[in-house]
Amino acid sequence: MLDGFSGRSTGEIAMNKPVDGRITDVKTRYKGGVLKYAQMGYWRPDYEPKETDVICVFRITPQEGVDAIEAAAAVAGESSTATWTVVWTDLLTAHESYQAKAYRVDVVPGTGEGTGKEPQYFAYIAYDIILFEEGSIANMTASLIGNVFSFKPLKAGRLEDIRIPVAYVKTFKGPPTGIIVERERLDKFGRPLLGATMKPKLGLSGKNYGRVVYEGLTGGLDFTKDDENINSQPFMHWRDRFLFCMEAVNRAQANTGEIKGHYLNVTAADMEEMYARAEFAKSLGSNIVMIDLIVGWTAIQSMSNWCRKNDMILHMHRAGHGTYTRQKNHGVSFRVMAKWLRLAGVDHLHTGTAVGKLEGDPMTVQGYYNVCRETYNHQDLSRGLFFDQDWCDLKKVMPVASGGIHVGQMHQLITLFGDDVVLQFGGGTIGHPSGIQAGAIANRVGLEAMVKARNEGKDIANEGPDILRAAAKWCKPLEVALETWKDVSFNYTSTDTPDFVTTPTAS
Amino acid sequence: MKITQGQFSFLPDLTDEEIRAQVDYAISKGWALSVEWTDDPHPRNCYWNMWGIPMFEMRDGAAVLYEVNACRKEHAETYIKVNAFDNTRGVESMVMSFIVQRPSHEPGFGLQRTEEHGRTIRYTTHSYAATRPAGHRYS
Repeated sequence: MLDGFSGRSTGEIAMNKPVDGRITDVKTRYKGGVLKYAQMGYWRPDYEPKETDVICVFRITPQEGVDAIEAAAAVAGESSTATWTVVWTDLLTAHESYQAKAYRVDVVPGTGEGTGKEPQYFAYIAYDIILFEEGSIANMTASLIGNVFSFKPLKAGRLEDIRIPVAYVKTFKGPPTGIIVERERLDKFGRPLLGATMKPKLGLSGKNYGRVVYEGLTGGLDFTKDDENINSQPFMHWRDRFLFCMEAVNRAQANTGEIKGHYLNVTAADMEEMYARAEFAKSLGSNIVMIDLIVGWTAIQSMSNWCRKNDMILHMHRAGHGTYTRQKNHGVSFRVMAKWLRLAGVDHLHTGTAVGKLEGDPMTVQGYYNVCRETYNHQDLSRGLFFDQDWCDLKKVMPVASGGIHVGQMHQLITLFGDDVVLQFGGGTIGHPSGIQAGAIANRVGLEAMVKARNEGKDIANEGPDILRAAAKWCKPLEVALETWKDVSFNYTSTDTPDFVTTPTAS
Repeated sequence: MKITQGQFSFLPDLTDEEIRAQVDYAISKGWALSVEWTDDPHPRNCYWNMWGIPMFEMRDGAAVLYEVNACRKEHAETYIKVNAFDNTRGVESMVMSFIVQRPSHEPGFGLQRTEEHGRTIRYTTHSYAATRPAGHRYS
């Protein structure tokens, strides 16, 4: 006879006289063989999570015939101390401390019986703080997303959200600069910052590349940016790029009397080379460097330390995140990634545009922004935030909206995201028919006109297009931009939207 | 050239009425307004001269505008900006800043280059106006 859950012979379980719940009798519990995870103590419906526990909510899709509660218990077990069989050596430890505890399982609305969709469940799991090394995202992720996502009895699993206890938050240094100090260094207040990614991403020589930087910054951008895959390819050695870009930044600064920056991408094959590139950027007077998410958690925390020591803003391009964040049934939600990145310590983070070319449901994207910018996140199920999260004064991350946005959407962007955001119009600057400076002017005029109108009490969400048209009457580059991109929008259904119960029961 | 510091430098100069609207917005948020002026607008000059201390607890936009005009009268031919400060925990910094007066002529900045090892250049941004003594820079 096969156990419907594990697929293993249930002979041993029978020997243990299977019970539905946790076995508390030590002799029975530690008799050799295989027990259900629930029996081993990973399902604890009566458990009250402690203030110091890490709490995770996983979206799980059990294999057919696998009981939801046992699946949740298995996730708890496999992401903490369990192995597939009973081991007596557990008795050498204060075993219960190391056991994660699944304490609540809800059916995901719109799945399961009567919906025509296979059932999914939200499993709430609490982890004692002893399970985690202080200040280490690598350690936290090794537990929480280490083995469990390959676990056979689950068809799919996704880490939807996480509550990190204050005690653990305090062990992380967080962003090296943060929104407030970044603004003070740049002397820019009360409006979104304006940026652009250099295009074409690949093939420009250092000198040609610096030209695009120069034109964009002189025109009115605050920042320009290397793209994620600009490192040091045959067409442009990284030192050439850094030298030409810094000439452009300094010239633009003198032309405008305003502080400018270019995110120099220091992503490289190893830490030694990343440090070398960052040191060169510093020696040239750059105020910001960037890395890609794909460098990994340990490298991110190392670069964060370096930036903290060297007065540098750290820009994070979330290259690669879609491989684990996009599918709703499997992977890790970006809101969890954003929490980890705030703890790990980045100053800028690409968090989506909602209206541009890349994935993002507006409410869900706002949830990511709140994770980056709020001092305290209140539970907000409509934005995908399952838990209150106290950031205990950890610095704030500046979200970056980048990817297929243009000045005609300025009112939508400011309505959705407010002032603390970098709006990056790459094609929307460089693709301007009258030139890159004209593109930058159009964007900056659109931005300032919209902020001014909002502050004057105008309803920019609705009057936005009129406000832009009025400014275009005296600003030719804006008029041309609005005409060029008037019909561009990316209206596709989002794959990742929050599923939530409108009246949640207290956890 | 036109220095583009501040929130609204790409827009036509704000009228007093438009300044008042921005001031009223800041007051509605509970922020403290302040007026600052300088004749050294170097991008790294973060300490302009304070025209009095920030107006904490000031609920009257007209009074702020009065200070702007008093400052203009005393310091014609300088840069003047209006700032709003938010002392909420977690912010405790400037949240608005916009220029409300400029000198009639803005000579701008030059870039001084010092060539170093390899292809490295050290840059210094130099304000043409600031070569003259304070008080005589834009007259």
